Amino acid sequence: MTKLGVTLTMTTRIFGSGIRRREDPRLMTGQATYTDDISLAGMVHAAILRSPHAHAKINSIDTSAAKSAPGVLAVYTSADTVGVLNPIPCAWQPPDSDIKAVDHHALAVDVVRYVGDAVAVVVAENRYQAEDALELITVDYSAMPAVVNPKAAMDAGAPQLHADAPNNQAFHWVVAGGDTDAAFAEAAGSQNHVVVTDTIIQQRLIPNAVEPRSAVANWQWSMGELTLWSTSQNPHICRFLCSLVTGIGEHKIRIIAVDVGGGFGSKIPMYADEMLAVFCSMQLRRPVKWTATRSEGYMATIHGRDHVQNVELAATKDGKITGLRASVYAGMGAFLSTAGPGVPTILHGLMYSGPYEIPNIRGDIYGVFTNTTPVDAYRGAGRPEATFLLERMMDLLAVELDIDPVELRRRNLIQPFEDGHDVSTGLTYDSGNYQATLDLAMQHVDYPALRKEQEKERSEGHYMGIGVSTYCEICGLGPSQVAGAVGFGGGLWESATVRFYATGKVNVYVGISPHGQGEETTFAQIVSDELGVPVDDIEVIHGDTDLTPMGWGTYGSRSTVVGGGALALSTRKIKDKGIALAAHLLEAAEEDIQYEDGKFFVRGSPDQSKTIQDIALMANVAWNMPEGMEPGLEATTFYDPPNFSYPFGAHVAVVSVDAENGHIVLLRYVAVDDCGPQINPVIVEGQVQGGVVQGAGQALWEGVVYDDNGQLLTGSMMDYAVPKAHLLPNIEVLSTVTPSPHNPLGVKGIGETGSIASTVSIYNAVIDALRPLGVTRLEMPLSPQRVWQAIQQAKGA
Amino acid sequence: MFAPEFEYHKAATVAEAIQLLSSIEDSKLLAGGHSLLPLLKLRLARPSALIDIGGISELKGITINDESVRIGALTTHRQLMASHDLEHACSLLGNAAGGIGDTQVRNRGTIGGNIVHADPASDWPAVLTALDAKFTIQGAGGATRTVEPGDFFVGPLTTTLGEQEILTSIEVPTLGHHQRAEYAKMAHPASGFAVVGSAVVVSIHDGKCTSARIAVGGLVPAPVRMVSVEAALIGKELNSENIAEAASHASEDLTGEILGDFFASAEYRKAMAEVEIRHSLFHATEVHHH
Repeated sequence: MTKLGVTLTMTTRIFGSGIRRREDPRLMTGQATYTDDISLAGMVHAAILRSPHAHAKINSIDTSAAKSAPGVLAVYTSADTVGVLNPIPCAWQPPDSDIKAVDHHALAVDVVRYVGDAVAVVVAENRYQAEDALELITVDYSAMPAVVNPKAAMDAGAPQLHADAPNNQAFHWVVAGGDTDAAFAEAAGSQNHVVVTDTIIQQRLIPNAVEPRSAVANWQWSMGELTLWSTSQNPHICRFLCSLVTGIGEHKIRIIAVDVGGGFGSKIPMYADEMLAVFCSMQLRRPVKWTATRSEGYMATIHGRDHVQNVELAATKDGKITGLRASVYAGMGAFLSTAGPGVPTILHGLMYSGPYEIPNIRGDIYGVFTNTTPVDAYRGAGRPEATFLLERMMDLLAVELDIDPVELRRRNLIQPFEDGHDVSTGLTYDSGNYQATLDLAMQHVDYPALRKEQEKERSEGHYMGIGVSTYCEICGLGPSQVAGAVGFGGGLWESATVRFYATGKVNVYVGISPHGQGEETTFAQIVSDELGVPVDDIEVIHGDTDLTPMGWGTYGSRSTVVGGGALALSTRKIKDKGIALAAHLLEAAEEDIQYEDGKFFVRGSPDQSKTIQDIALMANVAWNMPEGMEPGLEATTFYDPPNFSYPFGAHVAVVSVDAENGHIVLLRYVAVDDCGPQINPVIVEGQVQGGVVQGAGQALWEGVVYDDNGQLLTGSMMDYAVPKAHLLPNIEVLSTVTPSPHNPLGVKGIGETGSIASTVSIYNAVIDALRPLGVTRLEMPLSPQRVWQAIQQAKGA
Repeated sequence: MFAPEFEYHKAATVAEAIQLLSSIEDSKLLAGGHSLLPLLKLRLARPSALIDIGGISELKGITINDESVRIGALTTHRQLMASHDLEHACSLLGNAAGGIGDTQVRNRGTIGGNIVHADPASDWPAVLTALDAKFTIQGAGGATRTVEPGDFFVGPLTTTLGEQEILTSIEVPTLGHHQRAEYAKMAHPASGFAVVGSAVVVSIHDGKCTSARIAVGGLVPAPVRMVSVEAALIGKELNSENIAEAASHASEDLTGEILGDFFASAEYRKAMAEVEIRHSLFHATEVHHH
């Protein structure tokens, strides 16, 4: 019986079961409600006039013709908004970085600083009328020189964006551990050391959520209340910042994120456009809708990456790394976006040790203003750039020392640890077994056989390459005290309420705001696993600040780690109350009550039990409660994690390159990741696959192109290439399980690992393929032309 | 993506469409809408009226006889791709259609609409040039004329189609048993359009090439016949060496303007023309070059 019970528990445990995502039926059948589906009585439509210049002085704006166009209610410029709307704040300002958080007004004041900078807003009875009226606004500009490259923007004589930010320097932040200068001095003067260097370009990317940004603002003037439907990953932060921008009390603002069609970081920030919708609604006392078009989003929704990195890596000749030194120029765009400065600093520089023991590290990170769309977090946010930097340098070092790249990594990996490991950047990793993921990856691909196959291909004149990356990343953001210390303008804790009804059904209210990650399913699994309630009896509610308790949102692979932690603790409070109530009802002492699989019983007498549903009924009707116990069965937990989570893994890419036209084919991709225990392995696999594909996009296809005048040449999906299914192989997803000791479920974030590890493994594979031809470096995306030109040059040299 | 205002008319016959086209200034024909509607939504085109010819049945369908295939201008890429009869009569039509856009585009986009739009990165101009197609055009008063691709495509988005004319059908000679035809393209990873496309039709008798028609697109304002490459193939066995040698003459035929952009420069495209010509000939003759 007991044995059978154990077996059943093992095989039917809902935690770890790959049940289908309950979100999908509505998303796949068109029954989802997106922000643009919201329609209110009396609603009118906004359209935004955007600068066609990357940098220009506004001499005058004539809105008279637009104002008298059919259906137009109003046209506003900065003359109307300044003083009513406060500037859009930058909410992550790393300390000791001399940061210049220049004013970012919702509508440009006197100067436009990037193509897409908002200049005026039209409100009309319908969107077509609003768009027609935009064409009737006359703006007299005097074009000024523009700068788009973050390194060039800091050169003497470069066009200057802001009077308050000399040399376009937005900030200078340093990560330092050990004595890096001494390590490089030693390497320079020693026969037993080598130094490899490279300049790495992390090209700028455009996040492509399926759903463009949208807002419906409804100012109910009679009550002084604002409801804003917004495509947000973090409605509570949106409420906080909306209050700062509009001056409306936070208690009078309700933010609703209905179904949000992906974000990848691009729906974290507070944008001018959403605040303009609010402004218009307040002025006109009408509900106002604004929805970005795809090409508008390409200009006015944040971009990602955009680093120029000068990197040096020092090592002994037997392959032990002794130091890493980097100067990084991180493009911030024309203004500092909400979390922009935190990305190349806290989320990037602090990860320079990766999964390796690197005793001496120094990174000088320069945030730089350029005449471009603002840059902020994009899936991985800082860690893909850090992983790329490390893994690229590892491969360079491997070639320099003629050591197999996998062997070189093995010599530097941190040894397995279960409860904390300090690295020289100052972080304490939670747990890790990097060797296990690498071993599994090598075993799965049969690495020696793969290298033999490569030799054979090469002997036949074919260019096959193998690329490996071992990574460790920081996510599950994070302890609020650390957030405060690193200049994050908010907390990073989470809350979750579990509410049982008399019928035994459960509503779960969470502060996180999933928008594709599947927490409606995984969070129900957590509750079901902890409390023995059928998973279909649990509903997870999120995304409405009037319904859900406080939370800081879904990004940084934090929802399951932090939000799931809060939820797990709430279920345990329910369990404790259930034990107390069961003891009362069963006339036993609390310490004699045992809980198992949704049943409370006196130890040794499982036949006489109270189910969780019995307890829910009795607690809700409260006919027979123990002395002093409150009615109801509900618990809320505010959970602040003691540490970040540090998932890790090893990825392998195999490519072939056609030398005659430069085409790359991704033949095989293997991802081995460790995110601790998996609540739903199918969802984990989906996250890994999606992340890998996005990372492959950066390696092979995606890249923003501005011309020298700051015109966006990749202004639509006709020119900006997102990954296509037919260009990708089946992605082989494997995992190991190393629990984190630092949260109640032992889990680690998995939302971003794919995009963190994959770009550089593919890049390394391509360089590996081209090694016989003498190609040693390429810029991304690795377009056929670039590959072909590099081959031609190498052949010519 | 909000089009400016336009009138909408639905024509029941070709004659009615021509009549509307003649009487409404700045009017445009609407077929599948896959070139015109994006231009409208980007406000790059501002016709006063759209004349929807999508319901004109005489412009639809594929008719095959011993000598030729007649394709109504409103035939969708999908219909061409899915036609079993075409596989025997002229397999290249279906193969090329299958490489256009994606399922949604192929379901709505029409061969005629594609041709008259004359996007240099489209596949049909080069394919139909190599296939020696004839375009039938109807004008005011019902008069028809026939024109070859070489006299039709002028440059990017420019043809010799008159303002009051409608392309009604495309006629393509059927391929004989001794003929092979293929299209190879380097597709842009974002749009799927041809960066370089090469269409070839070769005749083989007694193991030797007796005729060849090769046209490239994507890199030129209008499709270009590769006459030097064709000449180098005549009388030759179509083996790997001879194909490579013939393709190496491509630059002799590409003496006019070559298009280029940040994704693929003119220099790169020109080099790739030779590669794609080789690929199309390899595929056509089933020669493996590795």
